[in-house]
Order: sequence, then C-alpha cells, then structure tokens
Amino acid sequence: MTNLLLEVRDLKTRFHTPEGTVYAVNGISFNLPQGSALAVVGESGCGKSVTMMSILRLIPIPPGQIVSGEALYVGQDLLKLSENEMEANIRGKAIAMIFQDPMTSLNPVLTIGRQLTEPLRIHLGLDHNQAQRRAIQLLEMVGISGGANRLESYPHQFSGGMRQRVMIAMALAANPSLLIADEPTTALDVTIQAQIIELVERLRREIGLTIIWITHDLGVVAGMAERVIVMYAGYIVEEADVDALYEMPCHPYTQALLAALPRADRRRDRRLKSIPGAPPNLLVEPKGCPFAPRCEHVRERCRLENPTLTTVSSSAALRGLSGDHRVACWVDLATGAMR
Amino acid sequence: MTPLDSQPLVQVKNLTKHFPVLRGLVLQRQVGLVRAVDGISFDIQRGETLGLVGESGCGKTTAGRTLLGLYPPTSGEVLIDGQDMRHTRGPELMALRRKAQIIFQDPYASLNPRWTVNSIIAEPLRVHRLLPTEKERVERVKELLRLVGLSPTHLNRFPHEFSGGQRQRIGVARALASNPLFIVCDEPISALDVSIQAQVVNLLEELQDQFELTYLFIAHDLSMVRHICDRVAVMYLGLIVELAERNELYENPLHPYTAALLSAVPIPDPKQERARQRILLKGEIPSPLNPPSGCRFHPRCPLAKAHCAETTPAWREISPGHWVACHEVA
Ligand SMILES: Nc1ncnc2c1ncn2[C@@H]1O[C@H](COP(=O)(O)OP(=O)(O)OP(=O)(O)O)[C@@H](O)[C@H]1O
Ligand SMILES: Nc1ncnc2c1ncn2[C@@H]1O[C@H](COP(=O)(O)OP(=O)(O)OP(=O)(O)O)[C@@H](O)[C@H]1O
Ligand SMILES: [Mg+2]
Ligand SMILES: [Mg+2]
Repeated sequence: MTNLLLEVRDLKTRFHTPEGTVYAVNGISFNLPQGSALAVVGESGCGKSVTMMSILRLIPIPPGQIVSGEALYVGQDLLKLSENEMEANIRGKAIAMIFQDPMTSLNPVLTIGRQLTEPLRIHLGLDHNQAQRRAIQLLEMVGISGGANRLESYPHQFSGGMRQRVMIAMALAANPSLLIADEPTTALDVTIQAQIIELVERLRREIGLTIIWITHDLGVVAGMAERVIVMYAGYIVEEADVDALYEMPCHPYTQALLAALPRADRRRDRRLKSIPGAPPNLLVEPKGCPFAPRCEHVRERCRLENPTLTTVSSSAALRGLSGDHRVACWVDLATGAMR
Repeated sequence: MTPLDSQPLVQVKNLTKHFPVLRGLVLQRQVGLVRAVDGISFDIQRGETLGLVGESGCGKTTAGRTLLGLYPPTSGEVLIDGQDMRHTRGPELMALRRKAQIIFQDPYASLNPRWTVNSIIAEPLRVHRLLPTEKERVERVKELLRLVGLSPTHLNRFPHEFSGGQRQRIGVARALASNPLFIVCDEPISALDVSIQAQVVNLLEELQDQFELTYLFIAHDLSMVRHICDRVAVMYLGLIVELAERNELYENPLHPYTAALLSAVPIPDPKQERARQRILLKGEIPSPLNPPSGCRFHPRCPLAKAHCAETTPAWREISPGHWVACHEVA
C-alpha cells in the first residue's frame, strides 16, 4: 500500500446567497497517494475550485459553509486545524496552490525578485543574500535562466508562459509536498502549455512533488495525469486510472465528453456528438442523478435516486491496471443492465 | 470574363494593417508601428470554411476585422463578392456590408446587457432597413431564434438570463439577420464548455449547409479547426506561413512553425500522449513592433540557417493547393 498524502472524505460545501443555497460540492471523497498526479476535470461551475479551496479553507465564510467532511493531510484533519496552524504550516508551505490567471496573481508594480524573495524572508526567515540565492535557484528550477538580472524584471516584461513559471517558482519556495494547480494553462497558447506540462512532469520526477491539476481539457489530462476524477454538479461521477478512463469510460457523461471532442490526429468522419441541454442548476437541492436530465441512457430510477460511487469490475482492472475504477451510475452501459 | 459564382467569394491581396504607437498627450508623435497584419493573401471559395490559426497576438482578429472593413486597411485589397469596400459608396456599400458579418469571441461581452434579445437581433435589420415595419422585424427575429435553437418566447429577455452557449446562439442569430454570404467567426466557441462547444459548432455547420454560408473560422483550438475547416492558414507575427487543405496540413506540415504547433496540441488519448515527440520551441514570440529580419520565425526555428536571417522566404505553392513560406522546404 502506498502512502496517502491526502485523504478527502465526504466533503460538502454550500454557499448561502440571496438567490438561495448553492449546492457546490456534494460529498466528495478521494485518496491521493504520495508522488502521484491527479487530474480533476469537469465543466465550468462543477465544483473543482471550491473542492480545493475547501481543503485549504480558503472559502469565504459566509456566504460559504463547509457542511461536512474530513481532509486528512498525512493523517491530520485540515478542516479541524486552527486558522493559525493553517497559515503557519499548511497554506503555501506543505500545500501550495497556483491559480488560473498569472497576471492577477502577480503584483504589477513590484519586481519579480521582490515578490519571490519577500515570502522567503518573512516565512522561512532567510536573510537578504540567502533569499536572493534561493530565488535564483527557484527560477532555474522552472527553466528561467539569467538569474540575478531576471530578479530586476517586472511582470509585464515577462510573457504569459514565463509569468506562469514564476507562479510555479513561488509555489515551490517552501518545498511543498503537494502542488494544486487550478487551470494553470487555460489562458496560454498550446506551445507554452506543452512547456508547462513538461516542467510539472519534471518536478514530479525530480523532487517527488505530488500534483493535483484542475482542468476542463481532456487532452491535457491525457498528457499529464496518472489518475482522473470527473466531476459533475458537485459530485464525482467517475474516477479511474488515466488509461482505463479513456479506454472504457463508464459514466454517460464521461463518454459524452470524450465523444464531443474532435481530434487533431484524426480525419473528420462525422458531425460532433453534442450533449443536449445545459449544465445543471446548483440552486436546487440535488435529487436523483444530476446528469439524468441530459443523459441518453436515463431510466426511471435515475430521476429518483442518486447513485453512489461504486467500484466496477472493469476488464482494465483485470488486465492489472493499478487503481479501482469507480463510477456513479445505475446503468451498466456495457450490458444495459441496472447495477 | 469568369462567371460571378465561380469567382472566390473573398479575395485578399497583400493586405496589411499597421497600428501606430503614439506618445505624448497634446502633440502626439509616432514612436513605432505595430505590424499586426503585414501582407497576407488568400481566397475563400463560396461555401468554404477557411481556418485561421496561430498563437495569441499573431494578428488573427486584426485580419478578420480588416477583412470586414471594421478597420481600414493600411494597404492591399479585400474583395467580397467581387467588390472592394473602399471603392463602394452609398447603397452599394450598405449592401456589401450586409453580406459580411462577424460572430465575436466572448458571448458575455459582445451583447449589450441593457438590450432585449429582440433589439439585439433586430439591430442589423434596422441598420440595413431590411424590413420596414416593427411587426415584420419581430417575425423575422422569432424565425431567427428558432433557427439557432432558441425559443421565440425568449424575445423580451435580456442577455444575462441566458447561459454562455445560449448567448453565443443569440450572437449567431444576430449575424444571420441580414442574410449574409460571409461570416467571420472570431473564436466563437473558446469561452464555452466542451459539451456546449459541440452544439454551437454543429449549429454553424447546419446553417452553412442550409444557406451556403462562407466562413473564416479564427481559433486557438487546432483540433476543432481540423474538424470544421476545409482549408487552414497558419499565421505567425502578422504573416501567413502555411496554407493547405486540412488533412494535408495536419498530416504533412511543411513549415517548422506549423509542425511545432501541431506537435503541442493535446490529444485525448494517454497512450498517444506518452508516445509523442514534442517540438519545444525556444524563446518567446518577438514583438510585432520590431519583427525579426528575413524569416520572422528564424530566431526560434530549429532548422534556421544563416540566410534565413537575411532574406524573406517567398510564398510558394509546393504541391497543388499547399502553400508555404520557408527557405528550408524543398
Ligand atoms: N463565493 C461564492 N458565492 C456563491 N457561490 C459560489 C461562490 N464560489 C463559488 N460558487 C459557486 O459554486 C459552484 C462551484 O464553483 P467552482 O468555482 O468550484 O467551479 P469550477 O468547477 O472551479 O468552475 P470553473 O471551471 O469555471 O473554474 C458554482 O456554481 C459557483 O457559482
Ligand atoms: N487597436 C489596436 N491598436 C494597437 N495595436 C493593436 C490593436 N489591435 C491589436 N493590436 C496589436 O496587434 C497584434 C495582433 O493582435 P490581434 O488581436 O489581431 O491578435 P490575435 O491573433 O487575434 O490574438 P489572440 O489570439 O490573443 O486573440 C498584437 O500585437 C496586438 O497587441
Ligand atoms: Mg475553477
Ligand atoms: Mg483575437
């Protein structure tokens, strides 16, 4: 059994807004082994960011409320730690997070050097020279050479890809064990995206960093993840090793998402298969399967009762692929029978 | 003389669009020139979809807008249905503008939030005085709403009451209102979720079949471009570096920039991804204020030789319909 770095149990987060309660995260559980790369995919609003922000307790309360759950980081429940302990040991220390837009996360009027060295001095107690040396080392680690000169630059003098590298360098400053990257490449061109994926892959190999990568791009997932969680309407609807997920997606939503994707490596053979309807309304308390209104395999039971995430004995598992393949669906799509 | 319909619907010849960079508050002086589009030529046949791809800032939006006369060109020529907007006046100009429309990238920002769906879609009808009475216009708007898969009962709603995909449909309905021949689609699906992207793309294709529309499809997503476009043009720093039929371009890219771009496109297949060799480009895209000499791609090009920094490569047809600008392509 591998060491678990993070174990999330039945996490539920809601927002109490003037329009009503937003059921953002509705009972999420997953395990994250040390050194692994997990991708969390799903469409806008499905609860990817809120899940991670809940674990780091970065949800604004109110309107937010973590209704239930545990987030065990090396056995210690982050949801029970004091605010001081979170700041002193967890956020930006053991667990670092980078956000989607590097321009809003870097201060435009301060040099890159100042932004890199300040946290090193304040949080790690390094003196000026030590901090300077460490900053240059961090920049090199993310592939920005030219050391001391670069520290004098301002964010606007860097390209989007370089700014994202700086964000990663800052996240690595305190030697975190876990890096949570929230759509780190969505705003970037494909060539730069490819560079960032290579970089993160290298950091995982070289310093054993554990990665959670949030994205809506199933192409990116295929290139970087070992394990994948597919979310819909605040639920995990499917979870599997990356090969198993792409080879035999078991949830109708995962299947539909993959069928809706054109591929750059294949000739077109037909119109795209689109998913009818619109994303779910999170303002109504979930009853039944959240995907039922858009599902082409829907049965009576699906509208009444929400299926729980259960392990399916897939042939991928038989062929010895490592992890469980879990899916939340009443229908076994291979046979058409009810589970 | 060639009969009118065998002539390409859109003909672009040596089109350039430069933006002056100005300094000073009162006495402005020009301190530089952004060469956003710097001499591009291509045709689009009737009923065809031409893709325009390339990295952020390479000039795609500027090209699309200049084509429609939304920006006056710095030099060069754009003919739509055989006519040049700059040499057309009065009712003829109105008629020409009616033929060419645009769908914008951002379905959130491109619709006026204070206007109802009815006024948004009817605007081109009013501007072009296509239907004289309010009653006729409302009927037309209802028909357009049905056409794009929205309910005609949504007439008096406001944009914020719709989802992203629905808003993009409103944008499509507006572009269709004046019965255009040609539509520039500037990243029409980038802001949408995957499940909704397919809906909008299929809608664009159905409308194209139904009304024999011609599209310029500007996009970042090279997978979608291969799916939807007949031919694809690749832009780099204001220039088109390669143009070919879609399968030819994706299966046999000749320009090193096209090859690098295609090698970076994520493929939703983990086995393929592990087996792939990516061409990682060095450096960053240079500024269009001061583009490199010779071939603009030479500072980042894995194949660059000394002469690439000196002479601009010619735009050559390597095989029928496959055009490229590169010294190193045999
Ligand atoms: N502060 C808040 N107040 C009210 N609702 C919120 C708040 N933050 C998030 N939500 C809601 O919670 C739900 C989940 O949001 P979340 O940001 O986790 O989505 P996401 O999966 O990260 O989407 P995206 O891909 O767009 O980033 C959404 O419906 C969102 O509107
Ligand atoms: N109105 C303007 N004034 C000055 N410069 C401009 C103007 N519009 C665009 N530019 C510049 O022209 C170049 C091309 O911009 P353009 O918006 O056409 O690129 P693009 O290929 O559409 O990029 P993206 O993929 O990010 O939309 C950029 O350097 C941009 O900064
Ligand atoms: Mg998010
Ligand atoms: Mg653009």
